[in-house]
Amino acid sequence: MTADRLNYPHRRHGLDHDWFRHEPTIQRPRVSWPGGKRIALWITVPVEFFPLDAPAQPFRPLGSLPSVYPDSWNYSSRDYGLRIGIYRIMRVLDEFGVRATAAVNAEIARRYPRIIDEIIARKWELMANGVDMGHVHHGGLGVDDERMLIRNARTSLTEASGTSVNGWHSPGRSHSRNTLQLLAEQGFTYVTDWANDDMPYTVTTSSGELCAMPLTYELSDRHLLVHHNLTVDDYVEQNLRAFDRLDAEATHYSSGRILSLSVTPWILGYPHRIAALRRLVGHIIASASVWSATGMEIVAAFNK
Amino acid sequence: MQSVDALTPNGIGTMLREPSRYNYLPLIDRPKIRWPKNARIAFWVCPNVEFYELDPPDGQGRPIWPRPTPDTLNYSLRDYGNRSGIWRVMEAMEKFGVRASVSLNAAMCDHMPEIVDECVRLNWELFSHGIYNTRLIYGMTEDDVRQVISDSINTIKRHSGRTVAGWLAPALSSTETFFDLLPEFGIKYAIDMTPDDQPIPIKVRHGKLIAIPYSTEINDIRVMGIRGYPADKWTAMIKACFDQLYEEGEENGTVMCVPLHPFVVGQPHRISALHDVLRHVTSHADVWLATAGEISDWYYQNHYDEAVNYQANARAPRK
Repeated sequence: MTADRLNYPHRRHGLDHDWFRHEPTIQRPRVSWPGGKRIALWITVPVEFFPLDAPAQPFRPLGSLPSVYPDSWNYSSRDYGLRIGIYRIMRVLDEFGVRATAAVNAEIARRYPRIIDEIIARKWELMANGVDMGHVHHGGLGVDDERMLIRNARTSLTEASGTSVNGWHSPGRSHSRNTLQLLAEQGFTYVTDWANDDMPYTVTTSSGELCAMPLTYELSDRHLLVHHNLTVDDYVEQNLRAFDRLDAEATHYSSGRILSLSVTPWILGYPHRIAALRRLVGHIIASASVWSATGMEIVAAFNK
Repeated sequence: MQSVDALTPNGIGTMLREPSRYNYLPLIDRPKIRWPKNARIAFWVCPNVEFYELDPPDGQGRPIWPRPTPDTLNYSLRDYGNRSGIWRVMEAMEKFGVRASVSLNAAMCDHMPEIVDECVRLNWELFSHGIYNTRLIYGMTEDDVRQVISDSINTIKRHSGRTVAGWLAPALSSTETFFDLLPEFGIKYAIDMTPDDQPIPIKVRHGKLIAIPYSTEINDIRVMGIRGYPADKWTAMIKACFDQLYEEGEENGTVMCVPLHPFVVGQPHRISALHDVLRHVTSHADVWLATAGEISDWYYQNHYDEAVNYQANARAPRK
């Protein structure tokens, strides 16, 4: 009965799937950012709707309403990010002239068109972030259903904004085995859910290629402040350490690097945390080595 | 566009997708609130004075105690608040001249009237936190919820002579409709939803209701009890919160609540943190040290109508 554990069908050089090749970061071609900058600062802002009736299966992403239905208390705590938190984040980034990439659930475009307007007015980039936090992509989803979810997510944003939407972020960073192929099929340029590199790399599917962009998981406010319960001082400190190390590596390898910050309205947008964002971004942007850019700007510079 | 509702496993119409109790009013586009004496911020402190039963009923939507009953450890940890912690909290509040608004399990009037009497002597506000913190309202019929509301405010009134104007459901439990029932009993404000740093109108079937900002984000039980922050990190968090809302309050008045649990903040290794918080807040000039009821009264008299009218003209969601 245990014989299948002694059978290794994918035991070979490289990975056990065909989505991308094993390419160590330090062995890849050198990257040049505009102006000869060493660090591309990429700030992403997840803009999320957590429905009261989100299903428990197959899983609920981090941040989902944790209590018994109807969890109107925690609903309102997430909604705080959409009424207040996101505008605080905008004010801070405006102070530094930084344009972010907003990963927006389709439901936001319908419920809170004002947020879309403010994103567009700032020339932030809009990235598709699924339908809402109650619709995760997972292995049990039929391919036609998932195609509809992706199309719905993107169309809602393009119709609400009048801009093109080229990047994808899955709710809870979850995929089925079809997600990458469906994103390529629908003409997305980049995907942000895999946490396995500091730099972009190429994903290959039967429907074409995608650029995998290194949106941080380890250093996101969600991971450090919500999952690990750290303080904002720890959050700032760990991100600055990453900045210093990546900056040093950029010098060492004569190749640009990316510093990805993930800044969530219902986490860092609270009044007890927002000053930490100002401190962190202020420190980073004061460095002469930094080029602040959106996802598509980084992809374009990377592909040059 | 094809509907994605069919992909929601719960089906359509069996549960609410959203509470639908308030309109969207973004930070950057809303009427201005002015507090008495042009204070920038209305600051209130909310000790939760609670009784947890040793043997609560089963079947309340979630387990009440983490261990099988009698959960003597967790029971006694909470009882510590009523034996030792609350007196330290009272001392700190009196020292800095801040009156609290107590989220009160009404059964405390029966079990430990000495504590309620002391709250009254300190001229603290009392509002309803249900009967026991071990009797959740999940799944209750409207008439059962009405009994809880009515019993709680009548008990507090009978014992203290105070008319109850506010509500927080026990342990933040809820039903789809409990907000609708509160105005039937003269409740004017609830603190069961916090999407904002200002009071907001809550839509109810009949009458009026508002939500006053409360917090689990800076609540002692969440930060020090669950997340395990040392007390000085909690103080830093609260000071940062106050400083931000004090700054923003110059433009548009804000509200900050510090929720407390005597069994958490009233521990000897933590109580100095409450002193630090109150010292920081009371050292600022433009602070209105208020009770929740005073904030509520001011808001109804000066801002409620404007907010409702403003929302009525705000941009509607796309269909």
